Amino acid sequence: MKTKTPARDAGRVDAGRVGAGRGPGRGGPGRRGFAWTPYVLIAPAVAILALALAYPVGWQLVTSFKEFGLAQQFGQPAEFNGLDNYIKIVTTGETWMVVVRSVVFCLVNAFLTVAIGTGLATLMNTIAKPIRLTLQICLLLAWAMPVVAVMTVWNWLFDWNHGTINWFAIQLGADQYWHHNWLEKPLSFYAVATIIIVWMSVPFVAFSVYAGLTQVSGEVLEAAQIDGANGWQRFTRIVVPLIRPVLMIVLLLQIIWDLRVFTQIRMLQDRGSFPSQTDLLGTYIYREGVGANHFGMAAAMSVFVLIITIIAAWPYVRSLMKQEAI
Amino acid sequence: MSALRRLGRVGASVLALAIALIWVFPVYWMINSSFLPNTKLTASSPTFLPFGGSLTNFKLVLSQGNFGAALKMSLFITLITVFCTLLFAFLAALAISRYRFKGRKSFVLAVLFIQMLPAEGLFLAQYSMIRSMNLLNTVMGVSIIYIAAVVPFTVWMLRGFVAGIPADLEEAAMVDGLSRTGAFFRITFPLLAPGLVASGVYAFLQAWNEFTVALVLLQGETKTLPLWLRGFIQQSSQHEIDWGQVMAASTLVAVPVIVFFVLVQGRMTSGLVAGAVKG
Repeated sequence: MKTKTPARDAGRVDAGRVGAGRGPGRGGPGRRGFAWTPYVLIAPAVAILALALAYPVGWQLVTSFKEFGLAQQFGQPAEFNGLDNYIKIVTTGETWMVVVRSVVFCLVNAFLTVAIGTGLATLMNTIAKPIRLTLQICLLLAWAMPVVAVMTVWNWLFDWNHGTINWFAIQLGADQYWHHNWLEKPLSFYAVATIIIVWMSVPFVAFSVYAGLTQVSGEVLEAAQIDGANGWQRFTRIVVPLIRPVLMIVLLLQIIWDLRVFTQIRMLQDRGSFPSQTDLLGTYIYREGVGANHFGMAAAMSVFVLIITIIAAWPYVRSLMKQEAI
Repeated sequence: MSALRRLGRVGASVLALAIALIWVFPVYWMINSSFLPNTKLTASSPTFLPFGGSLTNFKLVLSQGNFGAALKMSLFITLITVFCTLLFAFLAALAISRYRFKGRKSFVLAVLFIQMLPAEGLFLAQYSMIRSMNLLNTVMGVSIIYIAAVVPFTVWMLRGFVAGIPADLEEAAMVDGLSRTGAFFRITFPLLAPGLVASGVYAFLQAWNEFTVALVLLQGETKTLPLWLRGFIQQSSQHEIDWGQVMAASTLVAVPVIVFFVLVQGRMTSGLVAGAVKG
């Protein structure tokens, strides 16, 4: 997989190797000068990324330093106001709460998902093949569901009127759940969101960690067992250190993904909870920016989301670059 | 000891089956409810098997008219996204795996970072840009954003496939008299087909399922399937929701996705964490 040929001058790696002695047909004068080919090849990708990502990110940075008020909605150009928007995020109770809620929600979800996923992967590693396959197929089906379909089904399951969750709760003897509205109070709203997000994210973690577990050699574990290590010790002292790279990567990905839970929150809000009490970063930016045209503040929030993402993504990207010897 | 062990084994199996049931239940519930009439769904206790069910919900959903428009919109956007993504990403993958050039490393780094950037941190700026280009509520506007969102990961995925095919193969064919283009299309391209299929399905799934950008850029009557599906639980907040119809709509959107996803899941996962597992 790895192309470890040392980087030559611009030009095709192997062409340099093989083509050198094979006459002018390959190494014509055009090729000797500057090799345009790779640049032509990446041009379309670079163009679309510049148009749809780089330009907006630039616009966003600039806008985050501008003031958008009522006057701007009537066509006045926005004026620069320095760091005001950023300062407002930190000092305004409402926006700061949104930031704190989002970060806490993201971390809780990411850790829960990785913990449960790792648990399921360990379980998969101990059970007989037919049962493992059954579990894997069920997880795969859940994983494959499009997020909008996931949200409609869970809205139905948690429906206050005829929802199955309330019915189950009553069967278990908790009568107060008759017509209970789970989405009314913020805390219960976030608990429901957490259940849904963990449900839809666990399969990825479980499969990834399981793939890592199958690489752990049985001999090492056996040796440890002979030396007297019990199950828990074998797991924490041997298995976890060996699969640490996988765990770190799924945790990072999960943190990045759980920061972007727009669809889930938005579609739970559809069923009648107060957006102002349940907003996380994505839905807040949507309401403030697209809904109310407060571009400056919303842009500052977006920049904040991007910065957190880049910080979280850095170790992941570095490990990919290293592993693939780029 | 051995008896205790066996008990543990049985316990683990029972636990695994219980967990499997929990995870599959919502999927099953969607399909089950989609066959049942509203009278059964609103009864005091749930109906767990779709006996006596019918296709009425599906007929009602499909006859509402706006399904066809949404399907067409989703198909157009998805096809454009898949086609352009594959083309752009394939060319770029070729460049980074077969050539050494100045700026290559920065390009790969940029691709990897961009792949991580969330739509939630970008949609505001993209909305403002698409609005100033007068492309709100158009297939073109949404497609531009989707292509840019999917290209990075696809480049990374295809890079692995291209790098996996030794360049020597191509050279051998050239020694035997094929031109460079001929060698590429006769030798390398067929070997790449699985990679292209996997990447194509990935692009398809991303474009087909996407919600956030579509919600922001399509604000009129033009809707993609996810927006159309959301409309069911949204519009009915005034009156009683017909959950049977909602679940039928949900099933219509989900089933093709599940089929495709199950087909390519292995490839996609290994792309994401391959490096880590190889350790």
